[in-house]
Amino acid sequence: MGNFFTDNDDIRFLFDHIDLAELARVQEDNFAKPDGTDYAPRNEQDAIDNYRRVLTIVGQIAADHIAPRAEEVDKEGNTLNPDGTVTLGRRVRENLEVLARADMMGFTLPRKYEGLNCPTTIYTMATEIVSRADCSLMNLFGLQGIAETINAFASEEVKQKYLPKFARGEVTGAMVLTEPDAGSDLQAVQLRAWQDDDGQWRLTGVKRFITNGCGDVLLVLARSEPGTTDGRGLSMFLAERCPRIRVRHLEEKLGIHGSPTCELVFDDAPAILIGERQLGLIRYVFSLMNGARLGIAAQSLGVAEAAYRLARSYASTRKQFGVAIERLPAVAEMVTEMKIAIEAARALTYETARVCDLENNNLRVMEENPQMDAAEAKRRKEVARTLKRLNGMLTPMSKYYASEMCVRVASDALQVLGGSGYIKDYPAERYLRDARITTIYEGTSQLQIVAAVRGVCSGAWEKRISEMEIAEYGDALLANLKSRLAEGKALMLKAIGVAKEKGAEYMDLYGRKLVDSAITVLVGHLLLAQAQKNERKKAVARRYIETGLANIRRDVDLICSGDTAPMEQYDLIAGPVPR
Amino acid sequence: MAYHCIVCVKQVPDTGNITGEAMKADGTVNRAALPAIFNPEDLHALEAALQIKDKFGGRVTAITMGPPGACEVLRECLYRGADRAVLVSDRRAAASDTLATSYILSQAIRKIGDFDLVFCGRQAIDGDTAQVGPQLAEKLMIPQITYFEQLVELSGNTIRIRRNTGNGWEILESRLPLLVTVIDTANEPRPPAARKVMKFKRARAQMELAGEIAREMPSASEDEKKSAVTNRIQELKSDGLLIDQWDLDYIAADLQWCGVSGSPTKVHRVQSIVLTKEGFTNIEPTEAGVRKMIHELIIDHTLG
Repeated sequence: MGNFFTDNDDIRFLFDHIDLAELARVQEDNFAKPDGTDYAPRNEQDAIDNYRRVLTIVGQIAADHIAPRAEEVDKEGNTLNPDGTVTLGRRVRENLEVLARADMMGFTLPRKYEGLNCPTTIYTMATEIVSRADCSLMNLFGLQGIAETINAFASEEVKQKYLPKFARGEVTGAMVLTEPDAGSDLQAVQLRAWQDDDGQWRLTGVKRFITNGCGDVLLVLARSEPGTTDGRGLSMFLAERCPRIRVRHLEEKLGIHGSPTCELVFDDAPAILIGERQLGLIRYVFSLMNGARLGIAAQSLGVAEAAYRLARSYASTRKQFGVAIERLPAVAEMVTEMKIAIEAARALTYETARVCDLENNNLRVMEENPQMDAAEAKRRKEVARTLKRLNGMLTPMSKYYASEMCVRVASDALQVLGGSGYIKDYPAERYLRDARITTIYEGTSQLQIVAAVRGVCSGAWEKRISEMEIAEYGDALLANLKSRLAEGKALMLKAIGVAKEKGAEYMDLYGRKLVDSAITVLVGHLLLAQAQKNERKKAVARRYIETGLANIRRDVDLICSGDTAPMEQYDLIAGPVPR
Repeated sequence: MAYHCIVCVKQVPDTGNITGEAMKADGTVNRAALPAIFNPEDLHALEAALQIKDKFGGRVTAITMGPPGACEVLRECLYRGADRAVLVSDRRAAASDTLATSYILSQAIRKIGDFDLVFCGRQAIDGDTAQVGPQLAEKLMIPQITYFEQLVELSGNTIRIRRNTGNGWEILESRLPLLVTVIDTANEPRPPAARKVMKFKRARAQMELAGEIAREMPSASEDEKKSAVTNRIQELKSDGLLIDQWDLDYIAADLQWCGVSGSPTKVHRVQSIVLTKEGFTNIEPTEAGVRKMIHELIIDHTLG
């Protein structure tokens, strides 16, 4: 009997390190009013005990049930039927059944809809744990954001009808956004929403690359305002699976074979409007995407963790030149880099989840209490504004950083296994194939950088770092590392100044370097706080900050150089387009 | 038709994770040194019962005999979908062997009454006797099918079960009520359900409360503690979280068949066996080498 929660020292450390009592209070409205269910927690300790128990269940299912089936899921894939439906692989269905039976499909939903009402932070941990067992299953487990979106924006009637079904695992959902000509640029969505003579909304058009598009409840972004061309003409609709929605094609992919990627045809399919017209993209999808991006960060952590564990155990047993290869400097460097990178990305991702919890619950309380007194409303509004800015930076940072880390770690893990990693005897090649999608979907790394660099250059980053600098470290090593981070911050401020002066295009050109450096300082502070409670983390923080600072110096040099060759000399360097 | 299944479960020391202190000087199991777990095959028995409830309706009652700590396995049953949990606990039941245990369980099951199926794990990992299930069936004077592997058919008062015979299987048909012992290949036990865990983690038997209250109110007087226990019992009862707790009197057990006096098993001798490695043989990686090895294994009866 294994357990991917209890066997993971770093997740368990963070479970104790993060102020879960605070998250439990905001999640449970200070435990003030009973919600009529018999499984509500009574106080912080009770709630935290529940979180621990829930993660222990997920950890057990992941280790004993999901992981042993992952290879088969990868081989088997899913099947497109002639009638436009999809049959999920047998093992995929078994996995979903066991998760549903354990009440894991309504993770964050309120208890009145039979959910567990867990904070996003705990859901993020669970997502990581599931992804370590089978990356592709996360795409189904991690679709709970669809139910969350319904919960946040749909009418009570719609919520009553669908949310308990999601929580029981009776239905799965899909977020149906992408079209052949609307990928990163969702403003270009064409799928038409129109009202028939009875006033019934109908959807007509094609959607592409839809994860679990064969699911039962689809949240569809569609153009409800004829004649418009931008995001303000788009609304969000809920469509139930029916013969008027057909899967035309299942994509054959490099990895995540258990996750069906569908091309969908809507043939005047009936649908209901969710929330208000014209807010589809600008409000609801942005909210949905933020949650989904955090989910991909967690997925990335899980895959990286699995790859790391394989590489580490191989490196400790494989002998060459008379020693275990992990004692050779080149391998030791790779293994330690992998481990540090995972812990750094985990620190950032869980911190982002924590801030999401604070933000989402603040918004929820404001919405549930329209009558609150003016002073409190003003305070909450102010909090909402600050958190929105902070999250607008942290979420894309996490998605970018964790997914890039995941691809690197999966690749290095395969490298550690050498030839054995390249063949199918070990799962290293599957981890790499699965990892590769994480930097692409739910917004490519390049898009995340565009979103994050605005926060980095607009003051949100500097403000957050200043808040983190308040922490005092009695320990000499940590105090010294803190001053190193101050150096990094000063360098960054210089680079930000140059980038802003040179304009938006220059900022995007050096976006990756700006965001990388900004993340290094931010994560450096997070690791320092962790190191205060954990001796081992001191070594992690030191190595991370020292190597990170060297990178900042190099990147800041380049940013300040003013070199715009990739734009100015594009044609010259890229040469003629190959024919 | 709905069925009432009773599942017998046992809390056992985790003999799968043996450490140096696993055995006491007298050769008996040092229960304090080993973590207590749900006897693995009993989880499969519970799963078999829950599957019948899922498919045909009805209810599942879990029962265990043991000290108050054994309530943990009863809660585990509630987490997975058992409807009721019964703890049989009595100092006079201590040192019961399989004969006494099966007698006591049979009395408790009679007390529960009105059942269609009794499920037991084939055997517990501490004693490995596989005797309690069969003896329990005899005492209840009902038929038994051991080594349950698969439910073939259940209809009205008739059940068909595929049982493992070691090197194959056979399908047996029986009338209900019936006792069944279950092996670990029968099914994959379900995980606990989170919402049930959040609810039933508070479930307690009366015996557990005294200790808990004493820890919570270290400076309170005996009377205060007593009334706290009484209050807690009322609370648990009204929330449906009180685990039934029965002693030998309540189940009308004849004391001479319980505990030491009811246990004819005597430990004659205990041997502490330490496995050591004694040399090794090199096998040539050739057809002939493998042939020779197999031949030797047949001769010393390792194979065949």
